Amino acid sequence: MHIDPLERTWVVVVGLLTAMMLGVIFYTAWSGDIHPPSNVEVIDSTRLHLTEEFAEDNLGARTQPDGSVRVAMVATRYGFYPQHIEVPVDTPITFRFATPDSLHGLHIPGTNVDTMVIPGFVSEVNTVLQNTGTFPMYCNEYCGLGHHDMWSRVTITPKQG
Amino acid sequence: MTEREKPNGLALSHMWVAMITFLVAAFLGLYQVLERAEYIPAWAEGYYTSVTAHGVIMAYVLTTFFIVGFGYYCASSSLKRPIWSPGLAWGGFLMMLVGVLLVVYAIVTGQGTVLYTFYPPLTAHWTFYVGAALLVVGSIAWIIIMIVMPIRWKRENPGQPLPLIMFTTTANALLWGWTLVGVALEVVFQLIPLSVGWIDSVDVGLAKTLFAWTLHPIVYFWLIPAYQAFYMLVPRVAGGRLFSDEMARVAFIMLLVFSLPIGMHHLYVDPFQAAGWKLFHAFGTFMVAVPTLITGFTVLAGLELAGRLRGGKGLFGWIRTLPWDEPMLVATALALLMLTAGGFGGMINASYGMNTMVHNTMWVPAHFHLIFAGTTIIMYFAIAYHLWPKMTGRELFSKSLAVKQLWVWFIGMLILTIPWHYVGLLGMPRRTALMPYDPVYVDPWKSTLFAMAIGGVVLAVSAVMLIYNLVMTQVNRAREADRELKFAEPIHPVLSLPAPLNGFTLWNSIILIYMIAGWGYPIAQFFVMNTQNALPWGW
Repeated sequence: MHIDPLERTWVVVVGLLTAMMLGVIFYTAWSGDIHPPSNVEVIDSTRLHLTEEFAEDNLGARTQPDGSVRVAMVATRYGFYPQHIEVPVDTPITFRFATPDSLHGLHIPGTNVDTMVIPGFVSEVNTVLQNTGTFPMYCNEYCGLGHHDMWSRVTITPKQG
Repeated sequence: MTEREKPNGLALSHMWVAMITFLVAAFLGLYQVLERAEYIPAWAEGYYTSVTAHGVIMAYVLTTFFIVGFGYYCASSSLKRPIWSPGLAWGGFLMMLVGVLLVVYAIVTGQGTVLYTFYPPLTAHWTFYVGAALLVVGSIAWIIIMIVMPIRWKRENPGQPLPLIMFTTTANALLWGWTLVGVALEVVFQLIPLSVGWIDSVDVGLAKTLFAWTLHPIVYFWLIPAYQAFYMLVPRVAGGRLFSDEMARVAFIMLLVFSLPIGMHHLYVDPFQAAGWKLFHAFGTFMVAVPTLITGFTVLAGLELAGRLRGGKGLFGWIRTLPWDEPMLVATALALLMLTAGGFGGMINASYGMNTMVHNTMWVPAHFHLIFAGTTIIMYFAIAYHLWPKMTGRELFSKSLAVKQLWVWFIGMLILTIPWHYVGLLGMPRRTALMPYDPVYVDPWKSTLFAMAIGGVVLAVSAVMLIYNLVMTQVNRAREADRELKFAEPIHPVLSLPAPLNGFTLWNSIILIYMIAGWGYPIAQFFVMNTQNALPWGW
């Protein structure tokens, strides 16, 4: 088999380039615990209202004893409930979402809060928000003809005390 | 081989279906940008139905018909024999056509507004899924023929290297065969039963996982004809040689093997797959960059050789001496530019952590319009200009119009995708008919809507130029003198090859193991976990 020396050099360069990029990804995943949101946790979508976590009265942001914040939200055609939440800046936050109907996605632009919400599963995003202000949280996966109307507001407040 | 024995009519029929549906889809795209730019009244149902049709046609109909037609023509030309079992080929064509008509029925009657992603629990009319299944099943006839023909040829020519174009066409047929299994399982066992009413609920996690199996390698099924043109048609047209036949085979084999178990990068932000599996698929995703970068080298080396043989001197002087009035060459240069930019964006999407910032923003359609609608489709145009005279026996109506059309397409695609990348980074979502969010976020996005609309108009004009040229070629009175499809010769003739570079037995075994490793547990988990099904929903 004939391989030109120049081509051989290029293959080595390409190999090193790819190894470098993969190296960065694997290293940050391992050392900084940087992963996309994954949460293999099943839930019965038809009975969300009967669960404790996603019952209407229990939705929204709650501060935990360790100072972190836990947010439970329901994504449903066409809105995220509660429609407006307030969370503190620079604080570990765990967002948890479930849907009783169709497939949804959500994104808060400018942040890494981005996950799909799939019937039958609980989505979870762990993050620390870094900028104060009011941001949209919109649905970013087509869920029906009112898809574009599906959004709510997230206000990130300055840290108290 | 006489003209009667060539698959002229067969290939042409496939490619005309591709081109006519392409023209329709290009105008749907124009409608979508005008609707989003708020130049025409907002109409959510119209917009989402249009996105569904645009996506289905561009991604599944145009591609499958074009690739199948191109494959038949290359097989027959390179092996110098008629297509094996033309009855099977025509049967596959009719089945694909009936499939398309069923899908069109579902979409046009407003019973299939589920976008082109097969994501339940949104459930379309059964004709949508049965039509999709027929399109896939019809294309299996092509896979079979593309496997049988080289096997028969090798039996008659023992020890001979299979022509590179046939080797790579079979690689693509095998890639498509491995790829389609995921969506076929989803459609046959989940979506058709759900839409007909045989089952009343569906495991959405399993459905999305099966679709992801298909979702990424299918992109390489679409891309491979463009690569085949890069390797085997472009150097010929430019007056050069193929840099290396063996490295071309290595690149296509790597593309075949590495592109298969990577679809989970479409599930990076989905909850139901554990992070480790996503990392596994991230690995393969980056490995696909290797054959792509090798291709970049080989194509540029082939072009440089052509330029120097034409008298080009100096570091860049050879570029000027290339035949810039040839559609194939112009398309290649523009495709490489778009592939470079789009590939760079793709690396960002593929980056396991970084992707969350851009997932489902306008960044994503910007990326795939560069890679697919740019790189891949512009090479389909060039292939069409190259093949139409050979298939019809009529001279190309206008070479200069063809070159202009390619430039217009390139410019339109840049006008469309550069702003999309920008607003994607600002967080503008894809697939939304309207933007009713707070003005403080929406206003910066709106500054680019004008460019988006212009881009859509330019692309529609280019699409009309293409179809006009092909129709006028079809009815041209001037006869085409050169009806033989010829492929570039390598610098070093290949006299013998090791078996793994001349067949796919080894690679199929490796793929089987790799697929089981990459998809085995991620699919099996839905049968061992206590998953909860979802009820079907309309839209």
